[in-house]
Amino acid sequence: MTETIAQWAPETAESVWTRISRSRGRGAATGESPLLAGVLIAVSLIFLALFLILPLAVVFYEAFAKGALAYLAALAEPDAQSAIRLTLLVAAIAVPLNVVFGLAAAWAIAKFRFPAKSFLITLIDLPFSVSPVVAGLIYVLLFGAQGLLGPWLKAHGLEIIFAVPGIVLATIFVTFPFVARELIALMEDQGTSEEEVALSLGASGLATFFRVTLPNVKWALLYGVLLCNARAMGEFGAVSVVSGHIRGLTNTMPLQVEILYNEYNITAAFAVASLLALLALVTLAAKSLLEGRFKDGHSAKTRGH
Amino acid sequence: MKGLSSVSVAIKRNSIIPGFGLTLGYTLVYLSVIVLIPLGALVLRASSLGLSGLWNIATEPRIFAALRTSFSIALAAAAINVLFGGIVAWVLSRYEFPGRRLLDAAVDLPFALPTAVAGISLAAIYAPNGLIGSLIAPLGWQIAYTPLGIGVALVFIGLPFIVRTVQPVIAELEADVEEASATLGATRIQTLWRVVLPALTPALMTGFALAFARGVGEYGSVIFIAGNLPYVSEIAPLLIIVKLEQFDYAGATAIATLMLLASFSILLIINLIQAWNRRRFGQ
Amino acid sequence: MQIRTVDITKNFVGGSARPVLDGVSLEVGSGELVALLGPSGSGKTTLLRIIAGLEFPDSGSVYFGDEDASQKSVQERRVGFVFQNYALFKNLTVGENIAFGLDVRGRELRPPKAEIRRRTLELLDLVQLSGLEKRRPGQLSGGQRQRVALARALAVEPRVLLLDEPFGALDAKVRRDLRAWLRELHQQTGHTTTFVTHDQDEALELADRVAVLNGGRIEQIGSPDDIYDHPATPFVHGFIGEASALRADLRGGRIFIGGHELALPGKSGRNGSGRLFVRPHDIAIGEAAANGLEAEIVALRRSGATRRAEIAVPFEAGRVEIDAPTSANLRPGEKVPIRFLRGTFFLDGESAAA
Repeated sequence: MTETIAQWAPETAESVWTRISRSRGRGAATGESPLLAGVLIAVSLIFLALFLILPLAVVFYEAFAKGALAYLAALAEPDAQSAIRLTLLVAAIAVPLNVVFGLAAAWAIAKFRFPAKSFLITLIDLPFSVSPVVAGLIYVLLFGAQGLLGPWLKAHGLEIIFAVPGIVLATIFVTFPFVARELIALMEDQGTSEEEVALSLGASGLATFFRVTLPNVKWALLYGVLLCNARAMGEFGAVSVVSGHIRGLTNTMPLQVEILYNEYNITAAFAVASLLALLALVTLAAKSLLEGRFKDGHSAKTRGH
Repeated sequence: MKGLSSVSVAIKRNSIIPGFGLTLGYTLVYLSVIVLIPLGALVLRASSLGLSGLWNIATEPRIFAALRTSFSIALAAAAINVLFGGIVAWVLSRYEFPGRRLLDAAVDLPFALPTAVAGISLAAIYAPNGLIGSLIAPLGWQIAYTPLGIGVALVFIGLPFIVRTVQPVIAELEADVEEASATLGATRIQTLWRVVLPALTPALMTGFALAFARGVGEYGSVIFIAGNLPYVSEIAPLLIIVKLEQFDYAGATAIATLMLLASFSILLIINLIQAWNRRRFGQ
Repeated sequence: MQIRTVDITKNFVGGSARPVLDGVSLEVGSGELVALLGPSGSGKTTLLRIIAGLEFPDSGSVYFGDEDASQKSVQERRVGFVFQNYALFKNLTVGENIAFGLDVRGRELRPPKAEIRRRTLELLDLVQLSGLEKRRPGQLSGGQRQRVALARALAVEPRVLLLDEPFGALDAKVRRDLRAWLRELHQQTGHTTTFVTHDQDEALELADRVAVLNGGRIEQIGSPDDIYDHPATPFVHGFIGEASALRADLRGGRIFIGGHELALPGKSGRNGSGRLFVRPHDIAIGEAAANGLEAEIVALRRSGATRRAEIAVPFEAGRVEIDAPTSANLRPGEKVPIRFLRGTFFLDGESAAA
């Protein structure tokens, strides 16, 4: 690092640009001119600053606009506390369920051949192409008071919509594919030879899974869990439809942010939001670390949501 | 079930790996309970409306306006992202400058930041008294609480789709193709336009479709900045919630069905683009 | 158009101790076909890319004829460059690939559409791909792609033609066919041509002259006969053809192994020890080598039409391999006389002395 800085000092602007535009493993003849390169870099920097960095910075700026005391007081509010607890609870249920599903689905899909496999993968990815609001709606249509199962649930005294189970279900839906698609991609690459060796050496099925398969996919699993958790804690649209916004009972952190914001309690809204933003930053940092660790290529491919 | 178990038997014959029936069974049950049956409930509701019922609801002025707002602004935002996201992807892949790695990681921020957080932050920035809103207010411009505000939120949400789809393709571009173009006398601009851009086009189109699909369904980041004025800045997902609050389940179902149809069509188009691309380049 | 490089030096970007090219001067005459031959890392591709303008030397100049091209960009140099993996534009058809160099010209230099098309078809004919104009590169075989790449390079009427490992990515049979075809094409079009290869057969068979590169320097430039029969350095002798190296001494213009004088001429003037390079077919054995060195057969292997014998030369000079007729009655462990008909002696730490 110090070396880089030392080299920087005596350079002319021209040579800096030359180095910038030619330094990523390309021949001298195929870089953009310093002017064009400069314009492109400037456009990118301004665009990213405006659309990514600024919104992130404003969250923390607004959260602390009235000082650290107001910030802490906003987080100590009972409603905020219960929103935090509910968010943690929902993630603690949804994430493990999707992990178990992801492992089962990846095992079946990656280790065996069967018909309609690619159709099954499409179905698993389906929740990514459904609007979060629609995701909430389908549970209302199924379990709501006027839903298909509504009368039956009511007769048995079971509450799903406008209650915690509905929030958990909606969260599971929107985070459904995260772990599975990570594991399917990696385990299909890895094939079955190591499992076959373990089995032929006398290991049981479970021992093979825990001692051969799981260690091979642990980073991908962690990666999937990370993304799944970030989305589970941050989901807004789907949860908003099924929650009923009952303070202290069915408000998750994102819903609490909405309520505070709509009450013009801006500082408190941003204080709760800052915790979620922190979670996003930790997720991004861990994601970068993991990408350096276990993959080249298939991480950068289309993903997200 | 009979079909499944006979498949399972057939597979056991050529594989010594255990657990096929158990894992596939669990996968199908879980998938059905969480995804397929609830979606089925929607389809069932929609089919009870019938095609003409769907059409009547979709052409109600307020619903039609909301659908038009969602689709047209998502389209525009995706187009803006193709331009700027494409440039960002190029710059992050081809140039070295201080802070590049950090910016590269930051591109995923819209994936990681909860949409409600992004929503209130963007609203705060672009509101008339906000950081940027107050700068442009004297010019008579307003972004927050207008359709422009929806556009800003959808650009934010869609950016990573373009960048992350295009980046790997840029990384795989062969340097010698650009060099070949130069030896044949093409200027750098000609090379970018005639050689590089066509090679990136399928990825740009895929990214465009992904960003568009996401934008149509986006809710959390939009509603705070949109103003949510019926006929002007009210988006389709919000109208679903409005309909639900009015206990108009038919209306909500109709809008949701149309949005689902749209996103499945987009998925299909993406697959077609990729198939066409493979065929065209003969790989 | 003559190509001249003068004292080209190029260092690695990382600044490693040894330069990629270390003062390389080369002249390629007008209409000549010259091969740059060397092992990987010898700098041959870098030299070709510097001539093309794809890379720039740290010092030294490139001349096309009398014109100093060093300061010219690759676009201005008008070279035809054929890349190792062809670098065809995947999104364009074969015809559009060939026409590309004409299409991108400024309005005042661009030929009319009809003329571009006529030239494209003419070139397709020249590279024997008539009728494939509408195909895309993905639908062609390796050999066909290679010929499209060549046609595309020729379309701009280049002043010189540069080819980087032109046959490197092809299988053996296609390679041989294309080699003969390229030779013919060169005679037809008469372009000043330089190509890079690591395959000595390719270089010797195809080129008018061969430049052997090693470690960023030209070891020797000469006709294929020169290079093969009179290697100038130990490296060239070892790199071109098969050869064995034996410890030997030079005293008063005569070459000795142990105390035994060989009937080979050596340069007088310098004395000392060094290495004698001999090729398998320059060693006589048995009756033909009466009064020769007594050497021991170590191993025998069948090799095609002949029998390959590995022979230990006395005085710990080393081992040689020779080809003996299968009829010769040789056994491992047997002592046989051998005689060197030809060889090249190099004093240690020096180039050719014989």
